[in-house]
Amino acid sequence: MPRSLLTLPLTLALAASAVGAQDVPAPAPQDQAAAPAPAAGQQPGAAPANGQEGLVVDVEGGISAPMPIAIPAMPTSAVVQTPAGTTDVVGQKLSEIIANDLRNSGLFTPVPPAQLRTVSFPEVTAPAFDYWNGTGAQALVQGYVRANGDGTLTVGCYLYDVLARSELARQGFVVSPSDWRRAAHKCADTIYTKLTGEGPYFDSRITYVSETGPKAHRIKRLAIMDQDGANHRFLTNGQSIVLTPRFAPNQQSIVYMSYIDKRPAIYVYDIGTGRQRLVVQNAATTFAPRFSPDGRWILFSMAQAGNTDIYRVSSQGGSPQRLTNSPGIDTGGSYSPDGSKIVFESDRSGGQQIYVMNADGSNQQRISFGGGRYATPVWSPRGDLIAFTKLGGAFRIGIMSPSGGGEKLLTNSWQDEGPSWSPNGRVITFQRSTQGASGKADVWMVDLTGVNERRIPTPLDGSDPAWGPLRQ
Amino acid sequence: MTKIKTTLVVATMAIAMAGCAKKRPEVLPPAPVSQGTGVDPNAGANTNPDGAIVPGSDADFKRSVTSNTIHFGLDQYDIDPESRAILDSQAQWLARYPNVRITIEGHCDERGTREYNLALGDRRANAAKNYLAARGVSPERMNVISYGKERPIALGSDEASYAQNRRAVTIVLS
Repeated sequence: MPRSLLTLPLTLALAASAVGAQDVPAPAPQDQAAAPAPAAGQQPGAAPANGQEGLVVDVEGGISAPMPIAIPAMPTSAVVQTPAGTTDVVGQKLSEIIANDLRNSGLFTPVPPAQLRTVSFPEVTAPAFDYWNGTGAQALVQGYVRANGDGTLTVGCYLYDVLARSELARQGFVVSPSDWRRAAHKCADTIYTKLTGEGPYFDSRITYVSETGPKAHRIKRLAIMDQDGANHRFLTNGQSIVLTPRFAPNQQSIVYMSYIDKRPAIYVYDIGTGRQRLVVQNAATTFAPRFSPDGRWILFSMAQAGNTDIYRVSSQGGSPQRLTNSPGIDTGGSYSPDGSKIVFESDRSGGQQIYVMNADGSNQQRISFGGGRYATPVWSPRGDLIAFTKLGGAFRIGIMSPSGGGEKLLTNSWQDEGPSWSPNGRVITFQRSTQGASGKADVWMVDLTGVNERRIPTPLDGSDPAWGPLRQ
Repeated sequence: MTKIKTTLVVATMAIAMAGCAKKRPEVLPPAPVSQGTGVDPNAGANTNPDGAIVPGSDADFKRSVTSNTIHFGLDQYDIDPESRAILDSQAQWLARYPNVRITIEGHCDERGTREYNLALGDRRANAAKNYLAARGVSPERMNVISYGKERPIALGSDEASYAQNRRAVTIVLS
């Protein structure tokens, strides 16, 4: 009896699932067939329409009142051994990953483990609201894990308003065991999106340069990891210096700079095959690469005879087109999300400043006018802001509007450099270096409030982080 | 069939990475001789079996010229009088060995951003190259490479260290 009661909503949850199916090597067609709902990833499916006026997280302040949220371990319908571990252990870990994601956003305070109660399987859809109210939690995340016959896992994710005793959102995700963490990130994204109104970003990856060894001869390796530091993988072995990796929009490749054969140039690395190819043949030094939002172009800089200008080339290769033609150093190009404009830095006025131009190189306009120098501009995926490195003694990460107004510095350390945006344009990853002979770099994050700042755990030191798009 | 192949390549990669010693097939370049620290990349080619320095080698170059390195001001790439004298001595040596090729490395201190410093290092290496060319060294004999701030020789975060790191280094290729 209770079992059949539970079955109905769970089926609904599955039907509403976004499922991350495309990326899951498992039998995707089947899942898609079972999910007639349109791209549900952005919109938590069966949530009541009253979600708006209920719980809302203040993303502007972000400091004063992180929302207390309870995320108990997810029960399983049956304890089954899977490649990801037994389903009950997976359920415990999923809740921890969700709590970690939400805590790291700076907008939520997960209820401490000691105050979490054990949730039975039937209780997933019938929360003990009185208990959770007593913990101070305003929101409650419950869910379940189920091993499917085909080797996949189904993870259900439910968000409740504790005071209103109502359900706010539900999602179901079918993942292969090797992708089990993604179900937690998708669930966290569902909750984050519902409660903040911001776009999702937890189910995403970061590519960066892993560093080790003495400062005069750092060993640098291309690496990739989930945004929380999990699933870390080295992609190159450190024989050549590698710099400035950036994801392709389809996330199947990374464009970066390498000193292979002592010939500094940009390469595209195919993540699936591990192969790489030189982008511009027979060229002088090429660097500072970045894909266009549609993936058709690679923007890059080329230094020839002491002069550096910005070019674009088809991501398939071919002849580059020159976009800037100043006698100074023009570099660091980044497209606006609609691909119509490019923000870049140039020292044509005497020191590094930020400029915006049309995608064809026309109408170059300086937008930065504050004291000091400005470098490494990157356009927010939301389009509303430019992040940059401000140089004036220290290096600091800052933001300004695309017209140059509203400058705000987000970090204050010795040397913070090279911002890169989260998929939702609310968080920035960057590298933070320390000084001196033992100085090293690490990967950090800061949000737009400038308050929520933290280091991303990496096996070694790290530099040049670049955030990839949201995974599909 | 293609799919199986791909899987195999990935699996091989994973093993190679786990071993941390083996080179991955088809993925990575041959091991470079050196990462260009400006410190004796041609060791071995510089001396005879009896230990004598080979005329025309990088070791010969370094003991014969005033210096293999010139320095620059902060965010500058102009050749000052001291650097001119150094490059003059390099040009004289290069005139004696007209078949020798050189690489000029451009380097920066850590107070610039990474990409800008790659461009600045290129400016510095080219400034040295242009000066040597004006002193009669054929441009065809000279390669330039910028290391930006990737290969400092002085490790401190102080002006004395920065001054040493803002440099162009001439290296004779064996």
